[in-house]
Amino acid sequence: MAWLCRGATNRWHTPASSPASPSRRRAFFVTARRLTRSRAALPILAIAAIGACVIGMLLGAVPFSPGAILSALRDAGAPDAAIVRDLRLPRVVLAFGVGGSLAVAGAALQALLRNPLAEPWLLGLSGGAALGAVIAVVIGLPLGWSVAACATAGALAAMALVYRISVVAGRRLDPRILLLAGVVVGAFTAAVTSALLVVTDPFTFHSATIWLFGGFGRSSWDLVGHFTVVAVPPLALLWWLARALDLLALGDDTAATLGVDVERTRRLVIVATSLLTAASVAAAGVIGFVGLVVPHALRGFVGPLHRSLLPAVFIAGGAFTVLADTAARTVLRPAELPVGVVTALVGVPIFAMLLRRTLR
Amino acid sequence: MKLEARGVSVAYGGKTALDDVTFSLASGELVAIVGPNGSGKTTLLRALLGLVAADSGDAALDGRPVGAWSRRALAESIAALPQREEPAFPLTVHEAMLMGRWSRLGPIASVAESDELAIASALARCDMTGFEQRGIETLSGGEWQRVRLARALASMPRLLLLDEPTAALDIGHEMELFELLRELVADGLGVVVITHQLNLAARYADRMVLLDGGRVMAQGTPEEVLRADVVSKVFAWPVAVTSWKGGAPQIVPLRRNEQ
Repeated sequence: MAWLCRGATNRWHTPASSPASPSRRRAFFVTARRLTRSRAALPILAIAAIGACVIGMLLGAVPFSPGAILSALRDAGAPDAAIVRDLRLPRVVLAFGVGGSLAVAGAALQALLRNPLAEPWLLGLSGGAALGAVIAVVIGLPLGWSVAACATAGALAAMALVYRISVVAGRRLDPRILLLAGVVVGAFTAAVTSALLVVTDPFTFHSATIWLFGGFGRSSWDLVGHFTVVAVPPLALLWWLARALDLLALGDDTAATLGVDVERTRRLVIVATSLLTAASVAAAGVIGFVGLVVPHALRGFVGPLHRSLLPAVFIAGGAFTVLADTAARTVLRPAELPVGVVTALVGVPIFAMLLRRTLR
Repeated sequence: MKLEARGVSVAYGGKTALDDVTFSLASGELVAIVGPNGSGKTTLLRALLGLVAADSGDAALDGRPVGAWSRRALAESIAALPQREEPAFPLTVHEAMLMGRWSRLGPIASVAESDELAIASALARCDMTGFEQRGIETLSGGEWQRVRLARALASMPRLLLLDEPTAALDIGHEMELFELLRELVADGLGVVVITHQLNLAARYADRMVLLDGGRVMAQGTPEEVLRADVVSKVFAWPVAVTSWKGGAPQIVPLRRNEQ
């Protein structure tokens, strides 16, 4: 009777694994992948990003018509010129840059740790940067460069601490332990940051929530300038390391035999992602999930090779954050939600869905 | 081109993995490294590649210590297949193949027609033409192994180091792989293969190295290495040695009632 059982088992198993009967949903994703892994992906993303920025310019505490925006941009004497030029435009630009940088940092950390769950916020980098920035403000350093410098120091210190904890916990570096350590360090830095914010003069800060949950309320062209100067070198460095990131994702030994100096690349990626996180946090506080959701979602569309993935992730992360910020300042108008709350509300369900699909 | 280990000793946390091992590989020869589990085969391969630092002695490519070469320059001369590899993200076969060209392209240069040609011919050589757009997660163990070999060949190496390449393969694919290695050697490549298949190693390899407890127990032609007393002692199991058609020695492990 053994043959009967085997036949029954086969019939039971065949439909699920047979490539001849793919579910309609899977077929859709395969077709989408084939269409978009071509060179069309970047232009499509760019158009979507421009659309997001236009929406970000139009909506806000005071909605504008497209005509009013255009005339304000053309003519400094137009009635709404001050709001459009000095408040809304730098805000959209900053949100785009910060979101893009966080998404690129997330993509790079995911390749480095060979784990799609890695992200600046989950690894405690953002928390460390926020703590550094808040310490700089609390001890009365001049705003601007010193805040960015302290945020960078905070991000690097957090990364070093996370690394130490995970190396002590497991003899070899286990990505899961690294993530746990990151969450713990993130929680600790958030606690210290909250304590500092409570004991200091409340007028020092525009709002405590900016540092803990992120916000673009302080946006100005000065802030955009500082952010750009800090963020561009690590972005360029990561683009230069794109192929090394491809190989790192295959594992240390394989990467080394395919031509990567693993230790040097790892150090450079850690410094670059810490700088990107610090630049973003110094400008807009802690914003989670952008670095988690965007690279994960885009790998299926532009492929996993970082030469095309990193630019695509920057554009999509920027567009996502501009939309999140637009929602943050319009949904409960005139009150403003912290943008990190919006990215978490949108990001967590999307991530859960993506996670289920990858694990299936 | 010559890759050698010169009196290499390696210890992991006080435990000796390699003890004064001297070994060499030149272009145009196929060398098989054999030995029981934990005898230091993989450590020897990693030492040759500069992936593990030697406590004494060193590994050298063309007389220059491997540590003095940049990883990129090494990758242009030596291709290697580590035992296990699990990509963190889903790749297509073509994307995996491109990564074999990164060491030659460097960080900036874009993919040229010559790269695509190298990829296509490497895939053809490993009998994987037509699989370019397949996701690697849909490949069988044997297909994935052949893609990895094709990726190694796509970088146009002079030397090829393989760690148990046939562990996941059935005998048909295993024989095809050994035949392919022989063809590559005829084209002038130098190949080192770690394997548990003593009998296939005896028929395909020019030289064999038998390791036990991190030491070289025998080294030379298959006839010199596969002697019944040595093999019995190293693998702690009695064996007899016959020969296939009067040529390569073949090991026959004995049953208890045959001893």
